[in-house]
Amino acid sequence: MKLADLTYLLPELILLLTAALIFLLDLIWFKRPAVSERRTEWLPYVALAGLGGAALGLLPSLGKTASVATVLTADPYGVFFKALAIMGVALVVLLAAPYLRGRTPYRGEFYALLLIVALAICLAVGATNLVMIYLAMEFLSITSYVLTGYLRNDRKSGEAALKYFLYGATASAVMLYGMSLLYGATGTVDLAGIAAAFQGKAQGTLAWLSMPAIILLMAGFGFKASLVPFHQWAPDTYEGAPTPVTAFLSTASKATGFAILMRVLLTSLGQADIARQWISLLVAISVLTMTLGNLTALRQTHIKRLLAYSSIAQAGYILIGVAAVLAGPGRTFTGINGVLIYLLAYLFTNVGAFTVVTAVETATGKVDIRDYAGLVQRSPWLAALLLVFLLSLAGIPPTGGFIGKFFVFGAAVQNQMWVLVAIAAVNSVIAAFYYLNIVRYIFFTPAEEGADRIPVALPFRVAVGVTAAVTILLGLAPSPLIAWATQSAQALLVALR
Amino acid sequence: MTNSLLTIITFVPLVGALLTLLPWGKWLKLDKAGEERLIKNGAIAISLLPLGLALMLWSGYDQALGGFQFEINVPWVKAINVNYHMGVDGLSLPLIFLTTFLTVLGLWYSARVIKTRVREFFFLFLLLEMGMTGVFVSLDLVLFYVFWEVGLVPMYFLIGIWGQAKDRPQYSAIKFFLYTLAGSVFMLLAIVAIYFTTGTFDIVEAAKLKPFADSILLSGLAFWAFFIAFAIKVPSWPFHTWLPDAHTAAPTAGSVLLAGVLLKLGAYGILRIVLPIFPEAFKRYALIVVALGVISIVYGALVSLAQWDLKRLIAYSSVSHMGYVLLGVGAAAYAIGTPKWVDASAMALNGAAMQMFTHGISTGALFFLVGVIYERAHLRDLKMFGGFSSKLPYYYGLFAVTAFTSLGLPGLAGFWSELFVFRGAFDIVPIWAVIGVLGIVLTAAYILWKIIQYTFLGQYDAHKIAHWTDVETGAELHEPKDLAFFEKVTLWPLVAFMIFLGIYPAPLLNLFNTVFVRLMSGFAGK
Repeated sequence: MKLADLTYLLPELILLLTAALIFLLDLIWFKRPAVSERRTEWLPYVALAGLGGAALGLLPSLGKTASVATVLTADPYGVFFKALAIMGVALVVLLAAPYLRGRTPYRGEFYALLLIVALAICLAVGATNLVMIYLAMEFLSITSYVLTGYLRNDRKSGEAALKYFLYGATASAVMLYGMSLLYGATGTVDLAGIAAAFQGKAQGTLAWLSMPAIILLMAGFGFKASLVPFHQWAPDTYEGAPTPVTAFLSTASKATGFAILMRVLLTSLGQADIARQWISLLVAISVLTMTLGNLTALRQTHIKRLLAYSSIAQAGYILIGVAAVLAGPGRTFTGINGVLIYLLAYLFTNVGAFTVVTAVETATGKVDIRDYAGLVQRSPWLAALLLVFLLSLAGIPPTGGFIGKFFVFGAAVQNQMWVLVAIAAVNSVIAAFYYLNIVRYIFFTPAEEGADRIPVALPFRVAVGVTAAVTILLGLAPSPLIAWATQSAQALLVALR
Repeated sequence: MTNSLLTIITFVPLVGALLTLLPWGKWLKLDKAGEERLIKNGAIAISLLPLGLALMLWSGYDQALGGFQFEINVPWVKAINVNYHMGVDGLSLPLIFLTTFLTVLGLWYSARVIKTRVREFFFLFLLLEMGMTGVFVSLDLVLFYVFWEVGLVPMYFLIGIWGQAKDRPQYSAIKFFLYTLAGSVFMLLAIVAIYFTTGTFDIVEAAKLKPFADSILLSGLAFWAFFIAFAIKVPSWPFHTWLPDAHTAAPTAGSVLLAGVLLKLGAYGILRIVLPIFPEAFKRYALIVVALGVISIVYGALVSLAQWDLKRLIAYSSVSHMGYVLLGVGAAAYAIGTPKWVDASAMALNGAAMQMFTHGISTGALFFLVGVIYERAHLRDLKMFGGFSSKLPYYYGLFAVTAFTSLGLPGLAGFWSELFVFRGAFDIVPIWAVIGVLGIVLTAAYILWKIIQYTFLGQYDAHKIAHWTDVETGAELHEPKDLAFFEKVTLWPLVAFMIFLGIYPAPLLNLFNTVFVRLMSGFAGK
């Protein structure tokens, strides 16, 4: 490893140092209880500064492709997901600041853990080696378990963490088995090396191992991305976890699952005959995921659970893009770029929706859809912006969610996967029903007698304003995002044969 | 200026809508009533602007030249060749006028009738105007789709929030939304498929390139994807079931725009997109379209005949009347490639387009008229009505003209559209046209028997409805009071149009004719 490689690791280093700083500040400076209350208020801003620094740290790696320390790479694809994770975690920090007040006295570590989660994602999306991928994913998972169970006096939070942990531990063990199969078949854990080994070997030697390996790997990736049938943890965990953590799990963490899934499948298993196999697998998973997610969401009355199932269904749509991957010079619908566009638009949309949920929960403690009755009178802005997010989730233009669906479905149309897109289209109509059901409560049903206006703390206002603005902006002027995503996806597609 | 005219006409309502959201009450130190008055009058004033611009468009449109004018075409999303392409021709001009015209009337009427959540209502109404106008001016499929969906959301709220509780507004609103969305997602897929075959989203370009012309399967799929999306909106039997619910539940001005303009979006889509881009496929399935049209005509009329709720009756009559449009379009599509039918098919299309316009005017007026009686009696049950001609003579007069327009009485606007549709269709699909004529008889039956007789004729019975409301003061009366000034102002422009176009339909017909003769002879010349 050269010293110059450290420039590519700047974001990771900055995140690590800021996390350590927050731990130390919390431990030393804020220790005295008399002053701690006021001083811990500053910690989220320290965390935000760290994230800002990490974002700046991405600048040296922009547009470059370089191998870093043999197990990592700095490429536009990785940079895209690092930027996505940093933005996502920054929004979650904003959410957490007012949410945690009064819920737990131990707030310092929370921000440090959030930074560490961002660090884990940065490592995971840049990893080019199965062992590194495994380690980074475990790193991400374990930190996420802690964040999920953070409210330790809340039994639901504990239950959520335990379920998440049990599923996660099993899934990663299964994934590890899949990795060992790949290693056994090829003798290497390097993604490019695996590709070369499969390429070099005559058909029928050990290539048959690729399919069982992929299925086992999918357990791990599907767990992170909440794909059926590895999704069962999601509803309970989303419901019990602190709401900002739920926002994180459903967006940045899910994006990481997709990032790794695409990198592994395209870089090391991209040959035509192997790709044909996993494409059919992904089509099946996609259909199952969106259909099951949507149908189950129809019956939900708890808003976090509803958004959990909605996020499962969204994962199904996103997976269409991976299944419809199509490389070729000058193509604008490559499937993969659709996934990136979708994930970014979805990040802002879903975090925005969760911001509203968090704001309502912080002010009233209510999380039932029924409690949103008359929200438009109690807080017109929250109501109007939640409408924007729900429309974006439903894929109605002009929002980012529409652009995402447009590119993902478009890629499938290009590949003439008619049945798949038809199922997806029907699904998006089903989804519109439950999104609009929330809208119905917010706008059509009058508020309960004596329901007050909902006070919205400043960080919530900032978060909800930013996410709504970006959601609409992505719908009105999607060109920059399309260009960025297409160029970032290109890094993976060159590996595809 | 001429290039940005369409942009201005589309987005002025959006600016107006955003203006209604500002806290005027706080800034100008007004009380709540004063602020609401300001919003109402401001919205009306702003809506006059698009109407004026629409008239400017109409007078500035060069008929001799024809084709698309006032065009603007700049890249929007360059990577996938989506353009901000707008333009108007003889088909869209009258519809833009209709949209802006009905919006002004709707706002004017609502300003007197809407009492709750005023700010939201006027915000949504202007937003709806933007969506509708946008569809009519778009010449890019993605732009078209965006406006198509954007118009959906405000209508959903108008139905859901201001609907009468007994009409199940929430159910009707979601039904309306889901029906339209179900059609339009498949349309979106077809739009993307066109892009992959032709490399363009441009409607004019795609019409030249004729995507999928070589594949029966793909052109059929794309045709049906578009057609069903539009047929749901028209609505054609069997996709019409959202309509009676939505129309019945919507507030008066909402029903007016729903029937007056939103239904035309579907028919417009068929004429603007399906017919020019998929002529071959359309010809192949033309008889199915004709059959759907005829079934809609007869079925809609029969169901209307069975209704006792006046608003529901008029809602079903829309199914019947929009069936004429489908019949005309289907007949014209069937005539593609047969030189001797070029004139007949252009005539059928003229009739269909004319029907879109006159139905917008007459059904718009009918829904206003239902609103008028509902605001007074608070019910719409025909069994409770009777003998109103003696108590509400002015109302009776305007209602009668409108109803006769609706049944196609010569001398009124509705006559011409039906005449042209059937005149064209008789040449091409005579048997279907004959069945369709049944619809005219049935229409006469429900208009004369159900509406005129049950509502206006007979003896007025004071016991049936004991409480009447004075729409101006809100006071309770024992006898109905005839039209108030604001209602006359709402209705007279519409009635004037029915009479004027009945006597002199040429300005409208000439406009349509330029478009359709060119279109049909274009097909024949191939």
